[in-house]
Amino acid sequence: MPETFLDATELVLNMGPQHPATHGVLRVILKLDGEKVMGTECVIGYLHRGVEKIGENRSWQQFVPYVDRLDYCAAVSNGLGFCLAVEKLLNLEAPPRAQVIRVILTELQRIANHLIWLGTHALDIGAQTPLFYCFREREEILNLFEKYCGARLTNHAFRIGGLQYDLYDGFEQETRAFCDMFPAKVDDYEQLLTGNRIWVARTRGVGILSAEDCKQYGVTGPMLRAAGVKWDLRKAQPYSGYEQYDFEIPTGQNGDTFDRYVVRMQEMRQSLGIVRQAVERIPDGPIMAKVPKVIKPPVGEAYVSIEAPKGELGYFVVSDGGPQPYRVRVRPPSFVNLQALDRMAQGALVADVVAIIGTIDIVLGEVDR
Amino acid sequence: MAATPWEDHLTRSLREHFGDQISEFSTYLGQCFLAARPEAVIPVLEFLKLEVDFDYLVDVTAVDYPQRAERFELVYIVYSFARNQRLRIKTRIVDGYEPATAVGVHLTANWLEREVFDMFGIRFAGHPDLRRILLPEDWEGHPLRKDHPITRVDERWVKENLGLANAP
Repeated sequence: MPETFLDATELVLNMGPQHPATHGVLRVILKLDGEKVMGTECVIGYLHRGVEKIGENRSWQQFVPYVDRLDYCAAVSNGLGFCLAVEKLLNLEAPPRAQVIRVILTELQRIANHLIWLGTHALDIGAQTPLFYCFREREEILNLFEKYCGARLTNHAFRIGGLQYDLYDGFEQETRAFCDMFPAKVDDYEQLLTGNRIWVARTRGVGILSAEDCKQYGVTGPMLRAAGVKWDLRKAQPYSGYEQYDFEIPTGQNGDTFDRYVVRMQEMRQSLGIVRQAVERIPDGPIMAKVPKVIKPPVGEAYVSIEAPKGELGYFVVSDGGPQPYRVRVRPPSFVNLQALDRMAQGALVADVVAIIGTIDIVLGEVDR
Repeated sequence: MAATPWEDHLTRSLREHFGDQISEFSTYLGQCFLAARPEAVIPVLEFLKLEVDFDYLVDVTAVDYPQRAERFELVYIVYSFARNQRLRIKTRIVDGYEPATAVGVHLTANWLEREVFDMFGIRFAGHPDLRRILLPEDWEGHPLRKDHPITRVDERWVKENLGLANAP
């Protein structure tokens, strides 16, 4: 960033770290010309807990609950990524029944994540109503999680090699009931927002990030798809049996805040479709692969990534043959996507910065680790 | 199971261009990686991006092996949307060596390299803004080095900034 702080026309405005619209403790230093943003600088790290260092000091299994606390809005997805990475090192796969249950819970988690995103993003822009609607439906998903494994947010749902718990009696019925109830709710949200003149004025053409920029900045997930790139790791490099499900990759054209909203809304519907398909084909059988009590993967390294709700979530794991990871690297989507904030906010208004932070869908627990 | 050699048209064209600057092409668990000399990394990234469509830098990270003479292993992960292929570029450097920055090739590298600097103390030559990113700027110590104990904090920083006599 050029150092022109003394230029009389330039105003430096500090936003955060304690600010309701930064979705946690994010500090953004805005350089303004009037109300126009000339540059931004993110200050992050307020939630840094040294998760990667902790990983080197825990056994492989002990580290699984920690990854839930990275992106605490999508704990199930975090756990899936790490379990898959260790399973890759061990060269084993979870049994089919476990894989289908994993898919159901991960897709429900995607819906829950997008609901939080939608509620808070709309609230930032000034629409208060959707927040309460979104949290009402999210509650239903959290209830399913709670009944399944006893926890709602950081739920440690998966284990390396499969699952700890089998489904409870009535899980299928309750999930089906959710699937029947939810589409009408998405219609409600869309009715509140999609044609809403204020919503459209605040989001269309705001925070544009082209497909080319997305690739330059390594931006993935709904942001990349909203720029028109039909890329989703569930299709590109399927894991957990995603190739068996029928679903579409929603894309946008303009890569603006409105398109990202449309993409995420459609993703909720697609995820619901996957849950519907999966719940009808849960096979019988074991839920846990043969995994030793003390996991000691052979010496080697692997990078495994999944399509988390926010983008590509990767784990680079290195084993020295011992009972603890030699190195665990988390490649978080929020951290990488946040870097594009500066590009998106150039020339925007201060009020748009709030919309742009919301549309990236960051969770600071994952940015700071 | 050990890593097995990796050989296809991509490795042939890389070998043609870079000769003995790339010492190893291997696959392990179905994942391809290559080991290059530190000064060859940026040209390799550039070649991969411009000539063979590896246009997405997924991650830059490091692993510390204090018992080795070349202490750090830098790992670059790249992906090609066109080929739907991912590969890792690895290089070994001694403590104090300053590898060239990848920001000129991929803008993503900016924050990723700052994090590597923050956690390992590896300085990237030519980086436009090499400051700590997750820890405070005047913090001392690079926590992901293996000789950094997990409980160690920068006592001076804690005392000065949090007003605590002893770090928690």
